[in-house]
Amino acid sequence: MPTQSASARSRNGHHPNGTPFSPAEDVFGEHDSASDRASADGPSPIERLLRAVSGTISSRVPVADLDERDPDYIRESLPAQWLLASLWFRGEVRGLGNIPEEGPVLLVGNHSGGNMSPDSLVFTLAFSTYFGVERRFYQLAHNLVLSMPGLGFLRKYGTVAASAQNAERALASGAAVLVYPGGDREVHRPSWEANTIDFDGRRGFVRLALEHDVPIVPVVAIGGQETALFLSRGEGLSKLLMLDRLFRLKVLPLSIAAPWGLNVGDMLGHIPLPAKITVEVLPAIDLREQFGPDPDVAEVYDHVTTTMQETLDALAAERRLPILG
Amino acid sequence: MRVQAGIDIAAPPQLVWDFVTDPTRYLHFMNGVTRWEVASDQARGCGARYRTLMRVGSAEVGGLVEVVEHEEPRDLAWTSVTGVDQRGRWRLRERADGARTRVELRLQYGVAGAGLLGWVAEQVAAPAVRENLRRSLRELKRQAEHEQARAAAAARRAAAPR
Repeated sequence: MPTQSASARSRNGHHPNGTPFSPAEDVFGEHDSASDRASADGPSPIERLLRAVSGTISSRVPVADLDERDPDYIRESLPAQWLLASLWFRGEVRGLGNIPEEGPVLLVGNHSGGNMSPDSLVFTLAFSTYFGVERRFYQLAHNLVLSMPGLGFLRKYGTVAASAQNAERALASGAAVLVYPGGDREVHRPSWEANTIDFDGRRGFVRLALEHDVPIVPVVAIGGQETALFLSRGEGLSKLLMLDRLFRLKVLPLSIAAPWGLNVGDMLGHIPLPAKITVEVLPAIDLREQFGPDPDVAEVYDHVTTTMQETLDALAAERRLPILG
Repeated sequence: MRVQAGIDIAAPPQLVWDFVTDPTRYLHFMNGVTRWEVASDQARGCGARYRTLMRVGSAEVGGLVEVVEHEEPRDLAWTSVTGVDQRGRWRLRERADGARTRVELRLQYGVAGAGLLGWVAEQVAAPAVRENLRRSLRELKRQAEHEQARAAAAARRAAAPR
């Protein structure tokens, strides 16, 4: 497999000189754990091997090209999305009017449902029909999602690798950008934590919004974690198998899901149960208007996550039965 | 896919016409419509543009539409500029008794190029869209006849000897 050039990696949102999956580049990440820090003594043979393997993996991640988003393709696929969202998930999206009519905006969502996350489908459809496919709209996704065979079509929807560079370029183009700061950690949380916002302290989205002076619009979804029985993130297993170093994958989730029964890793996806998905879009937060000219990142982060948690609690209180909603 | 609904309203065509050509009234009588905003300098007549949305299933569907036919007080037709392909038409015809108006509301919609799933989605959506049109006409009838009754009462009061 050809090695990706430094410029290509850079375009792809990866630092040309660093580990391609370095968490420090993650738009969501501000991890301080020792395992995430580069060794000060230079790379060991194992580390060199890991870098080589991860470099190979990164070459599978398509170069981020915002022009790959194809409004005609999105438009023609709206009926199929609508059928799935309406008949299977009985999707309901409220408050789209809270999203500014034009200009760049950072949509910050909670993520549920494993690798077959239905909240993305329901929200993307609602956004596209509400604002029209002409409005530029990008979604940041994990590298593995974009490098997975058969999922190349996601790029036509505007899905790009989750990195600070890609998010910055998308916002600079005036687009709406959807980020899931909780990422793989939140999307695979156990079912009994379904009604918990878990961004794991990842505050990169706040810095991103501040740097580009764009409003944050929280997007809270419920129901995704009822599409299977999620048992564990499998963080220990992931670390043991070095998946965190190889694929930037901090979890190896265990769930009981159709059609597999016990589903390890969820790499091949699963058939989600037809849980009702409800999404609520909250009022836009103008950071400098609300927190002053030099907002404290931690304070903003706490405000956003607290507001989202309160909304998720309210949505949970509305639900009478799991799956049925 | 084309769906339509019709109703008789006990009011002259001109009164009904005033309702269906006033974009500010749509949110009050159109069932399922969540947006009907003027998006052009002119609010009525050929060339007027509106941003429209109708809730169908899990999405609010619509887009920018433009009035392409405006024959007072008989026909008002629009076609989509962006969003889902659609053509709509209000057709008002005076009944022979001169006291009622036959009102038809037609809506054609679809997504060109969507293939078989597009066809399936149109069929699945049709009952909900049709029900929206029927309820809209019933609400239009209620409001128009109420307006007609008020106008008639005002005329009677004006004509009554003091």
